[in-house]
Amino acid sequence: MENKNYLQVSGLCKKFGNLEVLKGIDFSLGKGEILSIIGASGSGKTTLLRCLNFLEIADDGEIAIDGETIFDGSLYRAHKIKDTELREKRLHFGLVFQNFNLFPQYNVLQNVMLAPKLLKKGSTQELEEKAKSLINRVGLIDKLDNYPCQLSGGQQQRVSIARALALDPDILCFDEPTSALDPELTVEVLRVIKDLKQTGCTMVIVTHEMEFARNVSDRVIYMRDGLIEVEGTPEEVFDHSDNEHLHKFLNSGSI
Amino acid sequence: MNFWSVIYDLCQGFGVTLRLFGLTLLISIPLGLIFAFFSMSKFKPLSWLMKMVIWVIRGTHLLLQCVIVTFIPSVLLKIPNKDFAAMIGLNSISTLQFVFVLIAFSLNYACYFAVIFEGGIKNIPKGQYEAGQVLGLTKRQIFFHVVLMQVIRKIVAPISNEVITLVKDTALARALSVTEIILVAYEKVNKYAVLSPLLYAGVFYLAFSGLLTILFHFLEKKIGYYEVT
Repeated sequence: MENKNYLQVSGLCKKFGNLEVLKGIDFSLGKGEILSIIGASGSGKTTLLRCLNFLEIADDGEIAIDGETIFDGSLYRAHKIKDTELREKRLHFGLVFQNFNLFPQYNVLQNVMLAPKLLKKGSTQELEEKAKSLINRVGLIDKLDNYPCQLSGGQQQRVSIARALALDPDILCFDEPTSALDPELTVEVLRVIKDLKQTGCTMVIVTHEMEFARNVSDRVIYMRDGLIEVEGTPEEVFDHSDNEHLHKFLNSGSI
Repeated sequence: MNFWSVIYDLCQGFGVTLRLFGLTLLISIPLGLIFAFFSMSKFKPLSWLMKMVIWVIRGTHLLLQCVIVTFIPSVLLKIPNKDFAAMIGLNSISTLQFVFVLIAFSLNYACYFAVIFEGGIKNIPKGQYEAGQVLGLTKRQIFFHVVLMQVIRKIVAPISNEVITLVKDTALARALSVTEIILVAYEKVNKYAVLSPLLYAGVFYLAFSGLLTILFHFLEKKIGYYEVT
């Protein structure tokens, strides 16, 4: 029953002008697993995540979920993806941003409900119940009526996790979810992510929190210069790799 | 000089002022939004053309623009203004003059508003659009449900500036014999050889812009409901 190749990415390439940011990325991820992507800034981690979410369109390669190809570079090089098609593809993935990007003019409940409501995913009452249960899950049920500016960074990030979950994405992506947070607020966000793992949510996390990556991930990828340099279980990557660059990266004071 | 008859006539003049003011806003705000979209268009020739028009209109005097508009029928169409008024169904030349002034004012203010709108729209962080995109929203939904409210919040203050400037700019219409309040006041000044009618007109402006200031203050508070105070 366990699907080891729930998410499959192969040969993913992305160029910005002459700059090759992704030079052929291959990996796969099982259903309900957590993949952490680590690496220095500029290594292509965030671009990889943005390609998965179709905020950038990869130049080449393939993305498949549960055996269904949702992106095939060879097809899309010829003609552009239509807007409606793009929106459907995006819904396979959810994305939690580094700086939350909550909608400031809406309160917590409205932030979580906006997209499902506009996409007509159910009756207002159903959507509200669902939104409330998600907000409860991230521990903010008493903040329903608050506006983002009235919340701490950690609380805002938890709301944005609830907002991403509201559309039932197959895979939830996090782009350095705790980089904009003070250490004491980081903990509460990481706790929510751990809890999500219990519910079988498949996640891809770009992170600088090495302890966290080691403790919760099923797989870890170390990226360097647009390529996956080391891949494996947390033990393999953190304890048993003899990759020089990875050692340098892990021992650098920056993390 | 009968004080109350002067005030009565000034009121009539101020009625014309208010009409010009209100109609100009009614036309120039939506027109300004369209201009802003043209100016931000990905179709470069349209964007360049719009930016050029905005440059010319903001770079020249409103009075000159009023005069140019007045000459369009007679120069381009070779029809005297009197016949032109009849042709488009206006009963008097003075109504036509008012329409000319309204056109010039609306175009002029649309350009100023366009710059404000464009600034407001460009000021919205890219992350807001991206958040909408990853949630599967259409471009239209992102604009109307995510961006617009934030744009309005950002532009109330600069818009209120323009609106209050417009109150006083309406006085330029007298150059085309539109009987707005300042023209009426000058008539009284000449007739009675006293300056007081001009001062009274000043009081009208002051009271009205005071009202607008209060209105905008209220609006700003109302729209800023989601910010920490």
